[in-house]
Amino acid sequence: MDAVSEPARGESFVLEPRALQALLDAIVAEGYQIRGPLVRDHAVCLDEVTRVEQLPVGWTDEQEGGHYRLTRRGGSALFGCGVGQDSWKRLLHRPLALLWSAERDDGGLALSEPHEEPARFAFFGVRPCDLAAINIQDGILAAGRYPDPFYRARRQGLLTVVANCTSAGGTCFCASMGTGPRAESGFDLALTELWPDTANHALLVETGSDAGTRLLAAVPRRPAGDPERREADEATRRAVEQMGRRLDTSDIHGMLMGNLEHPRWAEVARRCLACGNCTLVCPTCFCTNFEDGGDLELRHAERTRRWDSCFTLGFTRLHGGPVRRKIRSRYRQWMTHKLATWFDQFGTSGCVGCGRCITWCPVGIDLTEESAAIRASDGRSGR
Amino acid sequence: MSIRSSLLPRTFRVVERHEETADTATLVLEAEDGAPLEFAPGQFNMLYAFGRGEAPISLSGDPASPQRLLHTIRAAGPVTEALAGLRPGEHLALRGPYGSRWPVEESEGKDVLVIAGGLGLAPLRPVIYRLLAARERYGRIVVLYGARGPDGLLYRAELESWRSRLDLEVEVTVDHANGAWHGDVGVVPSLIPRARFSPADAVAMVCGPEVMMRFTVAALLERGLAPEQIHLSLERNMRCGVAQCGHCQLGPFLVCRDGPVLPYTRLGELLTIHEL
Repeated sequence: MDAVSEPARGESFVLEPRALQALLDAIVAEGYQIRGPLVRDHAVCLDEVTRVEQLPVGWTDEQEGGHYRLTRRGGSALFGCGVGQDSWKRLLHRPLALLWSAERDDGGLALSEPHEEPARFAFFGVRPCDLAAINIQDGILAAGRYPDPFYRARRQGLLTVVANCTSAGGTCFCASMGTGPRAESGFDLALTELWPDTANHALLVETGSDAGTRLLAAVPRRPAGDPERREADEATRRAVEQMGRRLDTSDIHGMLMGNLEHPRWAEVARRCLACGNCTLVCPTCFCTNFEDGGDLELRHAERTRRWDSCFTLGFTRLHGGPVRRKIRSRYRQWMTHKLATWFDQFGTSGCVGCGRCITWCPVGIDLTEESAAIRASDGRSGR
Repeated sequence: MSIRSSLLPRTFRVVERHEETADTATLVLEAEDGAPLEFAPGQFNMLYAFGRGEAPISLSGDPASPQRLLHTIRAAGPVTEALAGLRPGEHLALRGPYGSRWPVEESEGKDVLVIAGGLGLAPLRPVIYRLLAARERYGRIVVLYGARGPDGLLYRAELESWRSRLDLEVEVTVDHANGAWHGDVGVVPSLIPRARFSPADAVAMVCGPEVMMRFTVAALLERGLAPEQIHLSLERNMRCGVAQCGHCQLGPFLVCRDGPVLPYTRLGELLTIHEL
């Protein structure tokens, strides 16, 4: 199983589970800080991972509307858990960032930006839905006329090792959104876990970039054969069948924007607490606000940027008060933005089907259910 | 950081300050580094008051003088209060220009209606400067302006000088008059039926409170303008100016990027949906 020749981009290989440590070591040797899934506070979080045994080996999760539990499944599966409340967004688009500081004296005002070496991250075990979410945030924060340098610096050096999904959680609907359960491109390496809990337990590795391919040179591996490829296809198919939720996306823009006065918005508003959990756990929600402060001598001031949520009353504040006073309006804004107006603004959907907003909603509001309810009594004329 | 953040403003010095009304002042600003800031009528800057924060403020001066920026600011909260209170010699920081522009060049050969309510005249004043700088290229030019009372009128001396011109129709109205007012009393839309222009060949640029704009649009449609001849400037909570903070959304639009000036054809129904 030792390397016999240099791996080539686009090829796929098979690794034994213990070879994964060699991969982690190779990533660290390249100077990356690895971030991957690990169990903390009874949930899967994303933090520094350098050893295979730090992964949530032998754990699985139950996810439903307003419900998340990690349970021991036993066995050797490395990637038996779906996504937790944490997302990679926290590492690329930081929850709190110092933008600049200002010094004032008699001569005037001087502004300066913080000096920081951007972290060079390797994201390990990225689910396909979350990879799609990173691409969506790229379109907002790294593209356009005014790219965000803080985001772009972290994004440019990023290495991604995908973990394709071979099972699906109760609130997953990536198959509806076309983002998973298997990533087709946009990664450096993609892993698919095969036959866990058996003697044949292995990982199929697909190479998606030169950087990813180079890493495999130091990793014991063998070329993938038909049985592994077939099993990866099978596992993907099983995950699609297991998917706990689905969303009908046909004409979803027209359907939602044609129903802005639908009675369902008032109905969901009676359940919604406007807590903003959905926006914080969402891997694509990008909204931020700015905060200003200074010292008591009024010589030094700082401007920071913090994640914000469209569910807060202050979000739309103008001199006359907030535009969206009612929770009905705020829920409608959030859902129509995710599923409809995001296309107008950024050319893609704002939803990847990860299901976090359903799982982490304290009252279990489910946007697939809300969308289906509006579709079922579509108020557009002629329907 | 290798690339300068688009969120990092440049420092400017206040060189003049003019009181417009009891709570509104116009600042004349010059960049500390002397570099001009080219802008188009309708665009805005983000102005930073030391330690307080930023506010989006329309450029209200002459686009032909990009070294001398004018901003008319009403003290409506802590940030605008600090900005409007700045004195000559004091500093602020500024970034921009952001947003879309009024269709000034596209309106050549046509009658142009400049319709403003209250502070809405500020983002339209650059349009008037541009129109007057190339007066021969336009048909009739009509400025319709209204404020709550005579004390709320911006640019009073300038309005009076425009009004004395023979190649410009300027009508001013107030919602509530006082003893010293001998002009029109009523809302801006009430000026539209008697304004002289050719509806088939006119462009209307409208800025004011949203309710004023809705009634203005209705009056313009009544006079025979088609929806595509009407342009509005919208106000939303613009915090970043660069389409990244999400606060200024109006349905499909990020008002800081796609607006603030938008054709009525793209806004139509959106403005009728409550709390969108």
